[in-house]
Amino acid sequence: MRINLVALVVGALALSLGACEKSESKGPAASAAAAAPSALPVRVEKSGPIKVGILHSLSGTMAISETSLKDVALMAIEELNAAGGVLGRKLEPIVVDPASNWPLFAEKARDLIQNQKVAVTFGCWTSVSRKSVLPVFEELNGLLFYPVQYEGEESSFNVFYTGAAPNQQAIPAVEYLMSKEGGGAKRVVLLGTDYVYPRTTNKILRYFLHAKGITDDDILEKYTPFGHSDYQTIVADMKKFAQGKRTAVVSTINGDSNVPFYKELANQGIKAEDLPVVAFSVGEEELRGIDTKPLVGHLAAWNYFMSIDTPENKAFIAKWRQYVKANSLPGGDKRVTNDPMEATYIGIQMWAHAAEQAHSIDVDAVRQAIGQQKVRAPSGFDIQMDGANHHLHKPVFIGEVRADGQFKVVWKTPGPIRAQAWSPFIPESSKKVADWTFPWACGNCTEPKFAVVTKELANAR
Amino acid sequence: MGRLSARILAATLLVAIVFVAAPGRAGPHGVLEQALVDLLSDSGDKAEEIAGKLADLADPNALPALEALCDERLRKGPDGTLYIEGQDRQTITYAVTGEKATPSADALGKVEMSNALRRAVLPVLAQLRLGSPDRQVRLAAAEELAKRGSNAVAPLLRNAHDHEKDAGVRKALALALAQLDLYSENRERRLQALGVLGELGGAEMESELVRLTSRGDDGRPLEADEQVRTAAAATLRAIEDRARVVGILRDVTHGISLASVLLFAALGLAVTFGLMGVINMAHGEMLMVGAYVTYSVEVFFDQRLPSFSHWYLAAAIPIAFAVTTLLGILLERLVIRHLYGRQLETLLATWGISLMLMQSVRLLYGAQNVAVSNPPWLSGGVELAHGWVLTYNRLAVVAFVVVVATAVWSVLRYTTLGIKVRAVAQNRAMAACLGVPTARLDAWVFGLGSGVAGLGGVALSQLGNVGPELGQTYIIDAFMVVVLGGVGKLAGTVSAAVGLGIINKLVEPFAGAVLGKIAILLLIIVFIQRRPEGLFASKGRVEA
Repeated sequence: MRINLVALVVGALALSLGACEKSESKGPAASAAAAAPSALPVRVEKSGPIKVGILHSLSGTMAISETSLKDVALMAIEELNAAGGVLGRKLEPIVVDPASNWPLFAEKARDLIQNQKVAVTFGCWTSVSRKSVLPVFEELNGLLFYPVQYEGEESSFNVFYTGAAPNQQAIPAVEYLMSKEGGGAKRVVLLGTDYVYPRTTNKILRYFLHAKGITDDDILEKYTPFGHSDYQTIVADMKKFAQGKRTAVVSTINGDSNVPFYKELANQGIKAEDLPVVAFSVGEEELRGIDTKPLVGHLAAWNYFMSIDTPENKAFIAKWRQYVKANSLPGGDKRVTNDPMEATYIGIQMWAHAAEQAHSIDVDAVRQAIGQQKVRAPSGFDIQMDGANHHLHKPVFIGEVRADGQFKVVWKTPGPIRAQAWSPFIPESSKKVADWTFPWACGNCTEPKFAVVTKELANAR
Repeated sequence: MGRLSARILAATLLVAIVFVAAPGRAGPHGVLEQALVDLLSDSGDKAEEIAGKLADLADPNALPALEALCDERLRKGPDGTLYIEGQDRQTITYAVTGEKATPSADALGKVEMSNALRRAVLPVLAQLRLGSPDRQVRLAAAEELAKRGSNAVAPLLRNAHDHEKDAGVRKALALALAQLDLYSENRERRLQALGVLGELGGAEMESELVRLTSRGDDGRPLEADEQVRTAAAATLRAIEDRARVVGILRDVTHGISLASVLLFAALGLAVTFGLMGVINMAHGEMLMVGAYVTYSVEVFFDQRLPSFSHWYLAAAIPIAFAVTTLLGILLERLVIRHLYGRQLETLLATWGISLMLMQSVRLLYGAQNVAVSNPPWLSGGVELAHGWVLTYNRLAVVAFVVVVATAVWSVLRYTTLGIKVRAVAQNRAMAACLGVPTARLDAWVFGLGSGVAGLGGVALSQLGNVGPELGQTYIIDAFMVVVLGGVGKLAGTVSAAVGLGIINKLVEPFAGAVLGKIAILLLIIVFIQRRPEGLFASKGRVEA
């Protein structure tokens, strides 16, 4: 009912806005029509500034998280330009706003590649937006860097994933909760927002828990709609379920639902030492909206925390503070850094290195050069891109919430670990291989394809 | 010969250096210091063991040191010496000796807690606190030991239980003891424990009781002692019966809390839409403005009047009411009154206004949500029974909505303004003929509705998010409640909110939050088809 009425009026508004938009670019509808007859590949321009697409929602529900990714991307580009650009050419960021509207993501992506002729795009947050742009990038042979932790079960020839796969976040976190120092959980509550990322992650975790000897009786799975704000019943159910055995809660609640969830948790007196809640989508940025004093000790698993004490991170934070101040961004000195921002920053640097090494910004050349590229990340590790499965090797950190809204790292991997694009715990995906090098040349195959030039690429040419 | 004496000399020197460097370790408190240092340097494996040692030390300084550790008031000097910062954040004492110390405050580092450390230290702290003269402290200690007691504590608990005079603490101690005694070798103790659990216990021992009453794979009962088996079955029944009653009570109170939220979202709309017939899409933004006023007042208090910052809500209520009332009157005067009788245009115009308000808030405060914290007196909750917690912020919102709804009802029922409003709602032309200044009245009523929405914003800021989209999340619920209750009837709005809230919360435990919401919407569709006029049909002759 909510959606109906809102959609009606939004639809009316979108119609009126569409008219203004046409003057700005060729208009999403027009560009889609132009693309239909000619499936010719899009070639990037050879001189002048290099155009770089930034595809993050700056309005709507996801603006909360995605705005700072746009900001950090602009910061990284400014930094590269100050150092002379890439291949001696300046980078020119093209910022578009898909407005938290999943189909609009696809239209904007098409516009970026076809009309703006960008060399590379950095963007997307939710998995549903990534799934929406995926066919566009594959059809037009574009290049997307996706900076957010996600559910895996995917590897595209045209996407580089700089966020964590489940084995770089969810699996280690649950393993930690089951360890002695993590509280020795024997029961697990899987709590999430009702969409693809939490559902898939929880499916993987359920298989993983089965492998660890935890039966379905000791797993409680609950979902809430986007924007849910009444967590009384869920928190009470969690508490009831936690009786009798050591229990831990795994939360994949996304967006601002986390505020009422954590408030209810605090007010119902759920202490982290009794019933720890580990979250996969709550970082420094999300905690800015929450009073964290009653939440001390609850956990989050990421590949980066702002509180990590390395010279690289100090420099990164200082740079960010400086950038926020110089551009007087809203939020001012309260702005924080977080994991997806680090991933965006790494992605841009990595692309620049690869372009320099390939001596070209051509998508095919950059893709070949990017495998095994290394960047000294703010987390202090040398992060490497896996040319085979297009995912980063990342270290895993588990942090406990401190009273000041930052995290105290209580566990970490000794070094970066390789991503598993296809989860070995789900039977139907355990045999799949993501390997874009010879002889596999495939993102989701059970047998090698022995084809260096893939069908997708051949089509694109 | 010379070599040997040199060695002896060196050894003596070394011993002397060690003693000079670590004077604390030689004193009577050396063991305590060593234990504390070990505890803090341990990664979690041995923390429990070391913490247990601290309890056995019987050092009077162990308790304040552990309390300071749990409150994060323990400080570490550059040389590793531990200090305690007093409750007043001013005085500093040596952790080990309890004597006053005067280190420079900048040199002290914080000692951070972790869950592993808390899990190890809290039961020990509770053990040490069992002898506290403060009833509350003893009660909390007993409850902590019920959660994380170990068999080693049983004699201590028994002793405390025998000497305890306060009935509440005695109960808590008996419960903690029963949970340990259930595993005892002694049959009498087990039976006694089962009796106590049957009388007082919650669900915490349910799985153990189920084990005691069930049969193994070979068909033989898992518990050999028949008497224990029967007693366990009776205890389990008693606990389950109690849990069922508590469960229903809990769901109903959750429903009432949800109802208060729905009512706050809808109350203002019941006035502007219900009485005036304005399809006010900007209603949600009035809630939002109320919430942002609350935030601004909080920030103001934090910066200018920090000593009164706990009471910012008291100031936020009248200010939010005044701001949103003014905004409502302004809106009515400038926009809405030119559109009376043109419902579609009103809908679009108010929608536009809502977008403008949202965007202005984004410009002023940023697109991010802002943090409105509950004042300390609204944080936490009271546990009425095991698993049934009433949180203070939700209780306060329920109380507040009762007050506001009563006030609105009284204004409409007993004041001249109210009589005129009802007259206009029933028949505008006739009321105008009789000398009611309808135009001015419209402004007042719209102001009142907006003001009530502003109060709703204050209340909602204590429960959920405060962001530019706050209004959007509540506007549909608000329309739903008003339409279901019957347009133009305050009593209908109240009953619709209460009904929806309770039904939703009774359905949710079975169906889940997603299906629960769908079920409620289906229910409303069917209901509105049967009774388009809503729960309470308006008897007035509302103009077509």
